[in-house]
Amino acid sequence: MLVCGAGPAGLAAARAAASQGVRVGLIDAQPRPGGQVWRHDLRFGTPGPARRAVAAALAGADWLGGASIVAAEPGELLLERADGAARVRYARLVLATGARELLLPFPGWTLPGVTGAGGLQALVKQGWPIAGRRVVVAGSGPLLLAVAAGLRRHGAHIVAILEQAPAARVRAFAWSLVASPATAAQALRLRLALVGVPYRCGEFVQAAHGDGRVQAVTIHTPRGRLQRLECEQLAVGYGLVPNVELAQLLGCRLDRSGPHASVATDARLRTSTPEIYAAGEVRGVGGAAAARIEGVIAGLAACGADAAAERLRGAQLRARRFAAEVARCFSLDARLYTLAAPETIVCRCEDVPFAALAGYGDARAAKLATRCGMGACQGRICGDALAALGRYAQPAAAAPVFPVRLATLTDIWSESQPVTST
Amino acid sequence: MAVNGAGQIHLEIDGVAVSVPEGANVAAAVARATPAFRRGTQGGIRGPLCGMGVCFECRVRIDACDHQRACMVPARAGMRVQTLA
Amino acid sequence: MSSFDLIVVGLGLVGAACVDAAAAAGLRVVAIEPGGIGGGATAAAMGHLVAMDDDPAELALSRYSLALWEEFADLPQAQFSRCGTLWIARQERELDLIDAKIARLADVGIAACRIDAAQLLSLEPALSAGLAGGMLVPADAVVYPPAVAQFLVDRAAARGATLMQGRRVGALQGGGVILDDGTSLQGPTLLTTGCALGELLPQLALRARKGHLVITDRYPRIVHHQLLELGYAASAHGSLATSVAFNVQPRPTGQLLIGSSREFDSTTTAASLPMVRRMLARAVEFLPGLRTLQALRIWTGFRPTTADGRPYIGAVPDRRDLWVAAGHEGLGITTALGSARLLVDQLLGRVPQIDPTPYLPARAWP
Repeated sequence: MLVCGAGPAGLAAARAAASQGVRVGLIDAQPRPGGQVWRHDLRFGTPGPARRAVAAALAGADWLGGASIVAAEPGELLLERADGAARVRYARLVLATGARELLLPFPGWTLPGVTGAGGLQALVKQGWPIAGRRVVVAGSGPLLLAVAAGLRRHGAHIVAILEQAPAARVRAFAWSLVASPATAAQALRLRLALVGVPYRCGEFVQAAHGDGRVQAVTIHTPRGRLQRLECEQLAVGYGLVPNVELAQLLGCRLDRSGPHASVATDARLRTSTPEIYAAGEVRGVGGAAAARIEGVIAGLAACGADAAAERLRGAQLRARRFAAEVARCFSLDARLYTLAAPETIVCRCEDVPFAALAGYGDARAAKLATRCGMGACQGRICGDALAALGRYAQPAAAAPVFPVRLATLTDIWSESQPVTST
Repeated sequence: MAVNGAGQIHLEIDGVAVSVPEGANVAAAVARATPAFRRGTQGGIRGPLCGMGVCFECRVRIDACDHQRACMVPARAGMRVQTLA
Repeated sequence: MSSFDLIVVGLGLVGAACVDAAAAAGLRVVAIEPGGIGGGATAAAMGHLVAMDDDPAELALSRYSLALWEEFADLPQAQFSRCGTLWIARQERELDLIDAKIARLADVGIAACRIDAAQLLSLEPALSAGLAGGMLVPADAVVYPPAVAQFLVDRAAARGATLMQGRRVGALQGGGVILDDGTSLQGPTLLTTGCALGELLPQLALRARKGHLVITDRYPRIVHHQLLELGYAASAHGSLATSVAFNVQPRPTGQLLIGSSREFDSTTTAASLPMVRRMLARAVEFLPGLRTLQALRIWTGFRPTTADGRPYIGAVPDRRDLWVAAGHEGLGITTALGSARLLVDQLLGRVPQIDPTPYLPARAWP
């Protein structure tokens, strides 16, 4: 069995499958397991639960790190690593490819120093210099608190946390946590870690300014007043988008009920493609708790341990319900979708401004005429944004699902020996 | 240029010596030298956006190889990195 | 009013050129296109304007059309880039063919010159050592076909042409067509549908010849000319089930576009990675440095192919007022403009600028 992605879902799936005696290969493009939420921090190490999950998974699985899955043939994945390429066969697959951050365009968003919220956290964990730098953390959801606390721990000066959801909704959400003590404790810990940092609701970044890098941001406040905050970094994230590209390539049916596609599964987390299961964020954003439980379910179900998998269904549904509640509380203000000015670049890879897309009814027509989506990110950033704005559906994925060395495409059926997995 | 015992990695960004802790990525090294990683097609300066290998805004030249995502490449001793390549 | 001087079915580059030529001749034209303009083979194409000398009829049509392409050399959206074509001989014996090729091109007024091994490397330092030499055709160019198709349609519309986009022709009927929504249009009908020709006219069904292309990230100044191996023509004119031939194009963006492959009887638009591997393996024999470059995208396109490889341009036999301009295989971009003029001249009873005989549909009519 191959598990694609070594975040909470993938680690749990690998461990569960190994516990059933199955030979497991665990693949991730990052050099170390953990995915995004459990990313190893250079200074502070890996969070406790993550360390245990990683150790448990690696005890029973072959670790294929630093490997980017670029294409697939029936029963085979094509991997690219820094030192070459490989084909890996599978009898069963668990897709745990997680999610990426939703980044919405606004004037000045292309300035260096403007990153995603999770994005800056990822960078800082891998050594990005943040000590003493002024950071504005903005966007939506509890992630902002975790990011701000992490950055502060690394010495950043958090100017403010700007939550776009209105204060009343955030307060109601906070009160609802009383029902789940573990989450409430975690929230309290974060609050304590952020003493002295302004947490302002109903506020969002309207524009970033600076010469060659971000130096200030303009904030829209609840009473309609605009405020200017100076900073060296703006970390702004508006939620997550499932990484469905590999699933698409494998022929898995997608759920397109929302602006961003997720992988459709049955109650046993089986996709529409036989022998392929999905767990975690790729099924729809559901949080780390749901991801861990679903990883176990998918790992067990893929090995035929249906009864054991079924026992976890209650916990899974509870975790997903909680995540849905979070999403509802922190749903995005409509004004966030109208921040882009006509000259705001929407396709960053090809410098296509928003106004250039006028008159094109679908993403493909826009692409052929304006180059929007023709760049290195393969239409992910602009595609996610335009889908959120209700403009175009996300483009379909095709091989290669990530840019790939031509040597990989040339060598992949010649000298390299396939690594066989069960 | 080499790794010294304190777990620092020494490399070059645009000809300037930079050191980062072992395990850091190339983006961390570049950020110690400059905010500018690449130029957009119309000339605008860009730096990392997503931090996780999706946006491709952090592309730099590493050891004469173009279009490497700095956020996905671990820093290695003696690397020669060029921005705005 | 549902009666027109010309009904054009299909708005790829050939159809767009025909609508433009017809409107310029003062005809009341309507064009029907179910999808985007230039969204089929036109969008998949390399956009190489190339003088191919292997078949005299192709050469005549190409030369005629290439002269017409000069009009677009300064049109910004055409992205016309006169990089020239550098034909490459791997072995000495292939060089023997070159003098004859140069002569054939010279006969039609296209300049070409012989390149020896040393000149080859000075023109293209990225080429592998040991290639025998080649032939340079400096006037050849690269364009961006979808934007040209849109320009031609817009120009025709400005002259009064009617566009019915999002509609499809359901059937031919005496003296016109019926659309999918039941609308009936009357008038002489021109089929410029590309591969789909057989759906409306089974007697002239075309074969779809699938090709793959790989495009890289931006690497300016590695390659300066469109590079083809001399064996490309054999691949294009051959009837092998599958074949690959070295074909690399420097785009104005600095990206490299890598082809070429040909296969019949593939029913899927999805890329075949084994085919891509074959194509790229061929390419790196000529440009070893390609191996280190990043590929961003792979796509496929279907070349509309006739039995003898030449397009159908002319009247459909046994029918009144039914015309075809389709089946251009891999030369559709190069020959679109000439095809359009040739067709409209025949339609209007004017003396065509080149001999239309080789392209008459009658040659293939059962």
